[in-house]
Amino acid sequence: MMKNSRTNFPNLLIISVLIALFSFSNSSNLLASSDSGDEQKEEGATDFIMHHIADDYQWHIVTLGHTHVTIPLPMIIYDHGELKFFMSSDFYDEHHEPIAHEGYMISHGKLVRAEGGHGAADSHGESDGHGSDDDHGAAADDHSEAKSDFLNLSITKNVASLLLSAVLMIVVFTSVAKRYKNGVAAPKGLQSFFEPIIVFIRDDIAKVNIGADKYQRFMPYLLTLFFFILFNNLLGLTPGAANLTGNIAVTLCLALFTFFITQFNGRKAYWMHILWTPGVPLPLRPIILVVEVIGIFTKPISLTLRLFASITAGHIVVLSIIGLGFILNSLALGVVGTLFSAIITVIEILVAMIQAYVFTLFSSMYIGQAVDDGHH
Amino acid sequence: MDLLTPDTGLFIFQVVAFLLLLFLLGKFAWRPILDGLKEREETIETALLSAEQAKKDMEALNADNAKLLAEARSERDAMLKEAMAAANKIKEDAKEETSKIASKMMDDAKASIEVEKKAAMAEIKTMVAALSLDITEKVLRKQLGDDKAQKALVDEYVNDLNLN
Repeated sequence: MMKNSRTNFPNLLIISVLIALFSFSNSSNLLASSDSGDEQKEEGATDFIMHHIADDYQWHIVTLGHTHVTIPLPMIIYDHGELKFFMSSDFYDEHHEPIAHEGYMISHGKLVRAEGGHGAADSHGESDGHGSDDDHGAAADDHSEAKSDFLNLSITKNVASLLLSAVLMIVVFTSVAKRYKNGVAAPKGLQSFFEPIIVFIRDDIAKVNIGADKYQRFMPYLLTLFFFILFNNLLGLTPGAANLTGNIAVTLCLALFTFFITQFNGRKAYWMHILWTPGVPLPLRPIILVVEVIGIFTKPISLTLRLFASITAGHIVVLSIIGLGFILNSLALGVVGTLFSAIITVIEILVAMIQAYVFTLFSSMYIGQAVDDGHH
Repeated sequence: MDLLTPDTGLFIFQVVAFLLLLFLLGKFAWRPILDGLKEREETIETALLSAEQAKKDMEALNADNAKLLAEARSERDAMLKEAMAAANKIKEDAKEETSKIASKMMDDAKASIEVEKKAAMAEIKTMVAALSLDITEKVLRKQLGDDKAQKALVDEYVNDLNLN
């Protein structure tokens, strides 16, 4: 009994500190943004949630009072044949208000071309941060114009998180792989944690859906896909981390990988099934053809949206519950909300795993349909 | 709506990073892991199969041993039986022989007794005849007048005879 409690105590401490840190890092922003009028408070809460879900040009860790602890990230812009490098800190003044730099500025979380270069910076400086409505409109117009104007390859918070998780994955899995290179041995350490998952993906996802004779070719893709989503889902739940798998560009990219792999591996039976479905009366075939062709594209769309929506929704729920205490300005609700958001976060861990599984499962099913030889 | 608009820069980074991950992990992680897993599974399967085979061999060996034992036992029984039979036969034979010999000896003894008896009888007959002749001769020779003297004489001779 004594021994048990002794070993559990540090764990409990770590968990409570993490929870506290999580709620603190998330809520401090809200606290800062919600110190004036009621209307602005709610708006501030939405902004706060959106800010945490959307991408950013700097990595905001925590706000202590009025001091923002942020890591500036490099910005890379490809503008009419020339590459430009900046730091995101160049775009903010000492009061953390956006300013124009070298003809660009960050407006509403988007990098846009500043109108008239330094002139815009001056006008911003005069308006002191929160620009007037006119300014916003101009920025929005600029943004829609500028979208095709230059290519923004900045290392945003999401890109940084992506690169970090990629490095983490390579480190973890090459170290796991090392154990297999020295001949047959019993699983140990990290290996014994990941091996059952790998075996599960191989036996219960790939082999079942693709077929025992063809699954091997797709194993590297399915494993990379699964662990990429899992790692980033879980990393996204840590305090201050980026919401990478809740970003539609990322989920779209993953869905497109599955889409292209499916189409490029489509056998005769697959295309026959889509273009001239067997066993269907002739007059119905053109209609089925249309439905099947639409079906090709709904698959990646559903993959994209499912992962994006699940992860984003989870984050919104957690952030909303935390924000509730601040909107209603109630300490009791804040305490309950923090506890409740901790519970939701635990559920989110489950969702993180389920979504990784589901994405991999559906990918393998689509690939399985494509590579099927059609003897059924 | 911003949330639903994919960001070009992030998309490009995602494509590049994922392709890189696919290549690096595929080469340095998944292949060794999957190969290692396969190798281990095969090793375990072979080990299990060979253990099963060894068990079967052992069983077969045991069965063989039992069979051999049973054979040996039955052989021993057969030999024992044979030996017993042989011994009995020898005993029987011996008994028969013995009784034959005994009866033959008996027969021989009887025959020789008969012969002896006949010879004795013949001797007795000749002796009786000789004695009768002797007595007759003595009786005739004395020719005493009185019956008393004759009788005494006969007694005397008969006594003499008995003394022989």
